[in-house]
Amino acid sequence: MVARRAAEGDNVNPILVATGVNRSFGAVVAAADLNVAVAPESIVGLIGANGAGKTTFINMVTGYLKPSSGSIRCDGRELTALEPRRVTQLGVSRSFQIPQLFNTLSVRENLLVAVGIVAAAAHAWAHSDLSPGRAGTATDEMLERFGLGSYRDRPAGLLPEGVRKLLDVAMALVVKPRVLLLDEPTSGVSADEKFAIMDLVMGAARGVTVLFVEHDMDIVGRYARRVLAFADGRIIADGEPAAVLADAEVRRYVIGEDHA
Amino acid sequence: MTRDHTPLVLVAICACLLAAAPVAPQWLVFLLTLALAKGLVVLGLVLLMRTGLVSFGQGLYFGLGAYAAALLSARGGVLDGLVMIVAGIVVAAAIAAAIGLLLARYREIFFAMLSLAFSMILYGLLVKSSTLGSTDGFNLHAKSFAGVALADGVGGRVFYAAAVIAALGAGLAVHRYLGSHYGRLATAIRDNELRVEYLGASVFRVVYANYVAAGALGGLGGALAALAVGHVDPETTYWTTSGEFVFVAVLGGTGNVLAPFLAAGVFEAVRTLANQYAPNVWQMTLGVVMLLLILFLPAGLWSLVARRKATT
Repeated sequence: MVARRAAEGDNVNPILVATGVNRSFGAVVAAADLNVAVAPESIVGLIGANGAGKTTFINMVTGYLKPSSGSIRCDGRELTALEPRRVTQLGVSRSFQIPQLFNTLSVRENLLVAVGIVAAAAHAWAHSDLSPGRAGTATDEMLERFGLGSYRDRPAGLLPEGVRKLLDVAMALVVKPRVLLLDEPTSGVSADEKFAIMDLVMGAARGVTVLFVEHDMDIVGRYARRVLAFADGRIIADGEPAAVLADAEVRRYVIGEDHA
Repeated sequence: MTRDHTPLVLVAICACLLAAAPVAPQWLVFLLTLALAKGLVVLGLVLLMRTGLVSFGQGLYFGLGAYAAALLSARGGVLDGLVMIVAGIVVAAAIAAAIGLLLARYREIFFAMLSLAFSMILYGLLVKSSTLGSTDGFNLHAKSFAGVALADGVGGRVFYAAAVIAALGAGLAVHRYLGSHYGRLATAIRDNELRVEYLGASVFRVVYANYVAAGALGGLGGALAALAVGHVDPETTYWTTSGEFVFVAVLGGTGNVLAPFLAAGVFEAVRTLANQYAPNVWQMTLGVVMLLLILFLPAGLWSLVARRKATT
């Protein structure tokens, strides 16, 4: 049995705290009394079978869904009733299981839009951060860091899936979040590409608190420092990866299905 | 990278048009004034189309601008053309600012039909109002422009010059806007609103701003057209007028701020010629032109210019 107490989450000053969060869709309970505290700069894997409530959790944190009850806070500030735009402005951003890109714009223009939004929000006109030169430099750095240089002028709608995933994460990181939620960053990507993508993402997200949904237990074991296992809207295990992945309940409800 | 010549070309064309103001024949001055006025309305439509929205009700703002200018002259006793134009812009922008609060929340067919509905409400009011001349409308005239008295017969040429300068100003401003971060953001909104919101920007604010700007341009075009024609009637807000703006926008394409003016010019010229030589098949001519365009030039007349540029 894995201790319910988090390995590193309940210590002083957690950055993300969910308290008594519930959400149901009709008779389906997607979140049942979720209580999570995440320490700054930790890397947390969210595992569970399809429909276990992982994406619902991410959707509630980022303002896409409102919890039926309970509260979610980031750095002490209430996120619960806020729209996605406000949640982003408070330092929480996300990627999507199906990448959300500007399909008719090139890879570089996608990032330019993101860089421009951040500069405009910071009222950077006076500092000329919105000038084509500055925005361009910030954008090219991002292209470089994610190895997207060779695709820079290709419309986002015509990219291979792995590149779309990377661009989606890059967009989420442009806003310089303190908490980054990744919804299945390696789904739809071939097995031998998965580790390369995660290496890039985790390298770029250094210093950021990362929560990622993942079905591949090798990836979870390699990158997560803490794992939350979801089943039927509940968190059934919470702790270090080795302990959670060895847990009998987790093996039956989560891993068992994956390897069946 | 090709240099952006649009501002230069715009200035050059407008300089030629201005130089022609004192010497061009009266009928051409009238035709070009109407083309420029409608081009301004279509420019607003192009702005909206960047965010993926098509308004079938820009006649609302065209009509508001025309009636605001005409009422000042006929009922308010203000006889200065420039003041009438400013009034047209202000009234149209104010109404757009109010209606935009609702419309900027709708998309696609819902946006198109709601914009149509508002223009038809104004049409209904104008038709029923006997003090505003009902279906016949009423006449207006300007005795001065920016304080300078207008001699007999030069009024049309002055309004034409005003339309050229307005087109230049609006064209440069919209071109600059579309080339900036906010222009790119508009395209981003058309592609994926969810991502824009998750980057921390307000989709509503951008759509709303574009809607109000399009309304102001509609009012400007309406006031200029009213001055040139010397008469307003409810037809300015009728759905066929709004449809004509959409037609011209599609005819020109949305690739460049010059396209709406080019298309409006072609449209007015074809209509004038067709009225003269084949008045009974004018609608059919229009239909055939549209069909050919969609089949062979889906990106509008502007793609001919862009293609020629690409090969040279």
